[in-house]
Amino acid sequence: MLATLLIVFREVIEAGLIIGIVLAATRGVPRRSLWVAYGVIAGVAGACLVAAFAGQLSSLFEGSGQELFNASILLLAVAMLTWHNVWMASHGRAMAQEMRQVGADVMAGKRPLGALSIVCGVAVLREGSEVVLFLYGIAASGGTSAAGMIAGGALGVLAGAGASALMYLGLLTIPTRHLFSVTSGLITVLAAGLAAQAIAFIQQAGYLEVLTSTIWNSSWLLSDESLTGRLLHTLIGYTATPNGAQLLVYLLTIAVIVALMRYVRSPHARAHKTAAAN
Amino acid sequence: MPPNDPTRVTLIRTPLRMRLFLPALLLALGQSAVAMADEVMNIDLTIKDHRFSPAEIHVPVGKPTQLTIKNEDATAEEFDSTALKTEKVIAGGRSATVRLRPLGPGRYPFMGEYHADTAQGVVISE
Repeated sequence: MLATLLIVFREVIEAGLIIGIVLAATRGVPRRSLWVAYGVIAGVAGACLVAAFAGQLSSLFEGSGQELFNASILLLAVAMLTWHNVWMASHGRAMAQEMRQVGADVMAGKRPLGALSIVCGVAVLREGSEVVLFLYGIAASGGTSAAGMIAGGALGVLAGAGASALMYLGLLTIPTRHLFSVTSGLITVLAAGLAAQAIAFIQQAGYLEVLTSTIWNSSWLLSDESLTGRLLHTLIGYTATPNGAQLLVYLLTIAVIVALMRYVRSPHARAHKTAAAN
Repeated sequence: MPPNDPTRVTLIRTPLRMRLFLPALLLALGQSAVAMADEVMNIDLTIKDHRFSPAEIHVPVGKPTQLTIKNEDATAEEFDSTALKTEKVIAGGRSATVRLRPLGPGRYPFMGEYHADTAQGVVISE
């Protein structure tokens, strides 16, 4: 039962941390809970579908279907997170100029909530399909231990959700005027980490066989298997043994997001927008 | 090596794969470590009763290899190894291929995440 609890907890908290960041980033936005809920529900439904067709998915693309699927949905999440950050940089600044403060009103614009909904869906889909397969395996094998393990699974879901909620509440203690910077930063490194994971899947699929050698090994300091290592893996994309392509894509993602955010804030972009408005 | 040895190694021809995914950028950086191997060593593995057989695999240093893993259990297993940077779900009764990058000498443990108490193994690169 304990083993089941731990596995489910680990998967749930990985999705939960991402949802926690999305919720913190959309603090005060009307109907954001609804959008997040849509994402989570779609994610759970998708997870069940992926689990049901795991065998078929795997045999696509010469046996690399699973890896390419994982890479695709991760890159989709990266695109949506980038869009959100750039949108916030653009509109948050413009609105702040008029109101002379970054208050709750800034948060209430027509933000691309659909994008964040997709991010939540992808997070749940990725981790959820593994949980579904795992729990299904336990249920199918039956036996006396099955009941205990299912109880462990349920406790794992609760514990994971609880831990994610704690992180969300922690983020909410950040004063509103700093919250935007903090969540933008979190979303930027989250996106970079997901992009690096996507590259690892593409390499695993046998494409992009470049820069595959390990750049460093910090497992003596913080191993990927430890709880801290796993949490940091989700939050900032930590891995003890990054390879060249992963590191390059990680840094490139951060650079692109920061550059886009700077660009939309720049006088040039603003002048362009004003001209277009007139 | 007897013909039925489960660690039996076969050479198979990998299909010509599209190697041009994001490459222009990366190649421009002058680090074109493209593995041009047309023949990749294949090693067969079986999962049965939530155990790997063989549980110890030997691969040559610096050569790409691939594992063909047949899951003879009715339920899914996830082949998982942070050392090998691999995670792959193998549905019950199905086979899956896991590609291994060229490895430096050393031991690279792997496990079946859904049954980590029994499903343990190691790739030894030497």
